[in-house]
Amino acid sequence: MTESTQEGRKIGGTLLEVKNITLSFGGVKALTDISFDIKEGEIRAIIGPNGAGKSSMLNVISGFYHPQQGEVWFRGQKRGPMRPYEVARQGIARTFQNIALFKGMSTLDNLMTGRITQMNANLFWQAIWKGPAEREEIAHRERVEHIIDFLGIQAIRKTPVGRLPYGLQKRVELGRALAAEAKLLLLDEPMAGMNLEEKEDMCRFILDVNDEFGTTIALIEHDMGVVMDLSDRVVVLDYGRKLADGTPAEVRSDPEVIKAYLGGAHA
Amino acid sequence: MFYREAGDFKTSYAADQQTFPIRLDRHMVWGILAIAFFVVPFFINDYWEKSVLLPFLVWAMAALGLNILTGFCGQVSLGSGGFMAVGAYACYKLMVAFPWMNMFIVVILAGLITAIVGVIFGLPSLRIKGFYLAVATLASQFFLVWLFNKVPWFYNNSASGMIVAPERTFFGIPLTGANSPSWMTYLFCLTLVVVFAFIAHNLIRGRIGRSWMAIRDMDIAAEIIGVPPLKAKLSAFAISSFYIGMSGAMMFAIYLGTAEPTEAFGISKSFLVLFMIIIGGLGSILGSFLGAAFLTLMPVLLKNVMVNGLGWPADLAAHIELLLIGALIMFFLIVEPHGLAQLWRVTKEKLRLWPFPH
Repeated sequence: MTESTQEGRKIGGTLLEVKNITLSFGGVKALTDISFDIKEGEIRAIIGPNGAGKSSMLNVISGFYHPQQGEVWFRGQKRGPMRPYEVARQGIARTFQNIALFKGMSTLDNLMTGRITQMNANLFWQAIWKGPAEREEIAHRERVEHIIDFLGIQAIRKTPVGRLPYGLQKRVELGRALAAEAKLLLLDEPMAGMNLEEKEDMCRFILDVNDEFGTTIALIEHDMGVVMDLSDRVVVLDYGRKLADGTPAEVRSDPEVIKAYLGGAHA
Repeated sequence: MFYREAGDFKTSYAADQQTFPIRLDRHMVWGILAIAFFVVPFFINDYWEKSVLLPFLVWAMAALGLNILTGFCGQVSLGSGGFMAVGAYACYKLMVAFPWMNMFIVVILAGLITAIVGVIFGLPSLRIKGFYLAVATLASQFFLVWLFNKVPWFYNNSASGMIVAPERTFFGIPLTGANSPSWMTYLFCLTLVVVFAFIAHNLIRGRIGRSWMAIRDMDIAAEIIGVPPLKAKLSAFAISSFYIGMSGAMMFAIYLGTAEPTEAFGISKSFLVLFMIIIGGLGSILGSFLGAAFLTLMPVLLKNVMVNGLGWPADLAAHIELLLIGALIMFFLIVEPHGLAQLWRVTKEKLRLWPFPH
């Protein structure tokens, strides 16, 4: 079942579905009985107050945490317990709340590392270099250069990312996740700590990624203006429970959400 | 003025990714290699071979190996001495068991055996990091040295407990033993070190090297973008031990000719290799060579200056040499904590802009 939105984007069937996820650390219940789905091609926002379990939810999806109960279905298949690198191989990429770049490596190398799941020249050819390893390297370099162009970071291609300012680091981190050419992109607070201009740039990138590459995006964000503008559907968490789920307009007018998170000003 | 990047344009990704992207670097490296291969062998004598060139090459190989593990993959190891011992004893057993075998193959097989041992001792790295891992790798150091002392099979029941390299020839020319010509041993070690330095560089610039560096810089993020930590860490241990094992084999068979585990491969050797890569530069191939050169050649140089140049008594010179080396290490680490390789990198960046830095 395919429905078109106004802009002509295609929202397809369910890409990822979490069913009745319950996650606890000792006595603390981080997530209680959470279910929602992410459709192919949409931008899905996860919002909620601090400590609501948003990041825990992303960590469950990317395989860091293994929930005590519940199931994760990806592309129509139930997922068994998986290590994060296996999840990455399935086609889920993510960025982190606090930047997790490889600081000693250049921008280019960081992005190339993003493609690591698709490279497979073996040890022998890597050691020889000439031949398969070099061909593979150049093929992937071309894809990565597209992303460098797209994000406008040509000038810092060879700069170690440790030397870059915060906003650019965030952009490189997005680039690294994009380089994986994942089906599903999880963005954990992509705009945290940015100024207005950087935020606008980042919004543009997110929309363009979704539009041009058709990548499904799930994002956590505190800037409500951004969330309401960008996302197709929003799921609201509070104290590890799901409060609401629906379009931005529905969520914004939900009295429960207003009480728990948005506050009176939006009412 | 001296060192220019300007005008050195790259028109393909292959050209941009080559080993020495700057033309001057390329010419310099080929020049140095040409001299090392085609000029030095004609002038080498026993002194230069035994006290300068062979020790430098052997330790450069060990430093390369440890730099792969510690500098590129971020796993601190104090087991290098033990792994060198494995290489040496594997080399000895292979030389005795297969007298007809080509020495290149013997050294490489000794490296492979060390790689297997390295993987076993690398297993704790999956659970522990940093200083704790360093302590865990100490176990390999002590255990391996103890093993080679304790089990007579390793030294073929020789009365002294030492192993002595039997004479082996390489294309008819003695390579090991007392009769080997200096140029032969030198060329043999030089070829191995140069070939494996290029291989190390190739590994590092590709997929495998990136997975190591990703684990070093941020292991959680590395796992999330698809680097299996088990594979990355154990492959670093394997390849690092492979290099260190080869250096142990070269040290025993070609450089020293005899070895005895406690002295030749003690804990001080593990520290020596670690100091080499710290001073030379962690995570740099050039740094491995600079560090090895610094710690093997500087003592020789100082001794020559003090004993032969100034005429001081040898024992006094030996003590002052230790003090000076210690002071120099501190000096370089204060001036540039990232090692000599970084010093060289900064110099290059400055030279590129000279004389107009703005």
